[in-house]
Amino acid sequence: MKPLFEFLLRQGDNALVLGHRTSEWCGTAPALEEDIALANTALDLIGQTQLWLGYAAEVEGAGRSADDLAYLRDVYDFRNILMLEVPNEDFGRTVMRQFLFDAFQVPWLTALCESADEHIAAIAAKSLKEALYHLERSAETVVALGDGTDDSNKRMQSALDVLWPYTGEHFLQDDVDNTMFKAKIAPLPVSLKPEWESTVRSTLNDANLKITDSTFAHSGGRTGFRHTEHLGHMLATMQVLQRSYPGATW
Amino acid sequence: MYAQQVKSTGKKVVSLEEMSPADRDFQERINRGEKIEPKDYMPAAYRTNLIRQIGQHAHSEIVGQLPEGNWITRAPTLERKANLLAKVQDEAGHGLYLYCAAETLGVTRDEMFEMLHEGKMKYSSIFNYPTLTWADMGAVGWLVDGAAIMNQVPLQRTSYGPYARAMVRICKEESFHQRQGYHIMIKMAKEGTEDQKRMAQDALNRFWYPALMMFGPSDNDSVHSAQSMAWKIKMNTNDELRQKFVDETVPQAAYLGLTIPDENLQWNAETEQYDYSEPDWNEFHDVISGNGPCNTERLGARRKAWDDGAWVREAMMAHAEKKAQRKAALG
Repeated sequence: MKPLFEFLLRQGDNALVLGHRTSEWCGTAPALEEDIALANTALDLIGQTQLWLGYAAEVEGAGRSADDLAYLRDVYDFRNILMLEVPNEDFGRTVMRQFLFDAFQVPWLTALCESADEHIAAIAAKSLKEALYHLERSAETVVALGDGTDDSNKRMQSALDVLWPYTGEHFLQDDVDNTMFKAKIAPLPVSLKPEWESTVRSTLNDANLKITDSTFAHSGGRTGFRHTEHLGHMLATMQVLQRSYPGATW
Repeated sequence: MYAQQVKSTGKKVVSLEEMSPADRDFQERINRGEKIEPKDYMPAAYRTNLIRQIGQHAHSEIVGQLPEGNWITRAPTLERKANLLAKVQDEAGHGLYLYCAAETLGVTRDEMFEMLHEGKMKYSSIFNYPTLTWADMGAVGWLVDGAAIMNQVPLQRTSYGPYARAMVRICKEESFHQRQGYHIMIKMAKEGTEDQKRMAQDALNRFWYPALMMFGPSDNDSVHSAQSMAWKIKMNTNDELRQKFVDETVPQAAYLGLTIPDENLQWNAETEQYDYSEPDWNEFHDVISGNGPCNTERLGARRKAWDDGAWVREAMMAHAEKKAQRKAALG
């Protein structure tokens, strides 16, 4: 696989998998305003998916489209980080996952705005506007729910405990990252860790939540080596029409 | 319609001469086409009726999210997924405008939710039907939103100001939804594979009569309708709107190459409209009284969402209070 293609899949699959998970909330959020906000976030992410996977398909040059990449790849060809495929569970985990992702996306997309690849810089610039808004909202909600009641604090702490071991995957480094870095297409993810950590620590502190001491990081999503069991079920749902009626247009 | 069988006082419409002076002034304002605003005088029955009607409409919007939400995770392309998400999001937005309009009449959103969850307030019968294939997303947009528009366009001129203004915004979005639904049908019924054509016909077969039921039973003799029409919170009879819907939909089905499941459907040169078969009103009454294919699931899903979200709403309130206290403590 070309490193640039692989890099673009990582961006597109993150947006697709989180967008899909978020869209699962439609019609069942805790309040009408949250329902609208979650749909909005999902819409932004699906829009970003179209851009990233559209460019990935172009770079691949094999005649595939963004839809082909989204709907006709199996688990081992997906390149999203594992945290995003973990099921929603409850509103607390959904919001915590969004926050931990947004806190990375903002510095990451900011850096990608300077990419030597103009197409990437343009997608990053558009996505950054959305990510800034997502971060503002998810951070506020994490603080509100962490600070709210004893029960909500417990739920948010448990969401953080479940998700924390998945956050380290953002900062792992492999040949794809090295190639992108050398070509000035993207920074090394690890270079953004201080900013990510500072946002995360200060927000979680405001939310009265404690980060575990463990530095263990699950991995295998962004390389595609080993996803969680959850992704297969998600794809089975998401891809059902394209798989059941090959060649049909919708 | 989204508001079916809204119960009114059950009394006959009172003539202007028999009214109290305040009620007569009120009715004359309506007759002149003036808008009634929240702080204006209004008869208690007008208020009660409007709460029921707007509430039923609002509930229909949010329960209506569910049958379409059922396909968001299975939408066949990224664009279709985004379009459907946006549509269902619009419906949540419509619910929000309508709850706000009802709140101006002195009932809170939470009270209305409670009445919905306890079965004391209804929502449109159409949302108690299942969405089984992707063609249903086309049929719902084309037929259900199409039928909704028939009723909602005249409601933009309804006598209650906040309701009329909410309807103006809603109508703009609904006609977009209908076009989107029809486009799905074109892709499947006109340009699609044999499987897709079958799916499209099957969706029409299942949704045709439930769509006709949306307008409610014939109301020529209904005292509820007569009073609502005098108050201009209902602008046309159910039969007028149903006929208009049939007349507009038949050529659209023909263009798609689909057959409307009604052997009696034919053009009547004398009346210059289509003759058609009535839906099975026994089925309608079953659905309205709780025995539709999905009543239990729909209401169950709404109750579950409300109960599961209780801790979030409580925490948000608690946080807002703590924040206010901290601010006050800082002086």
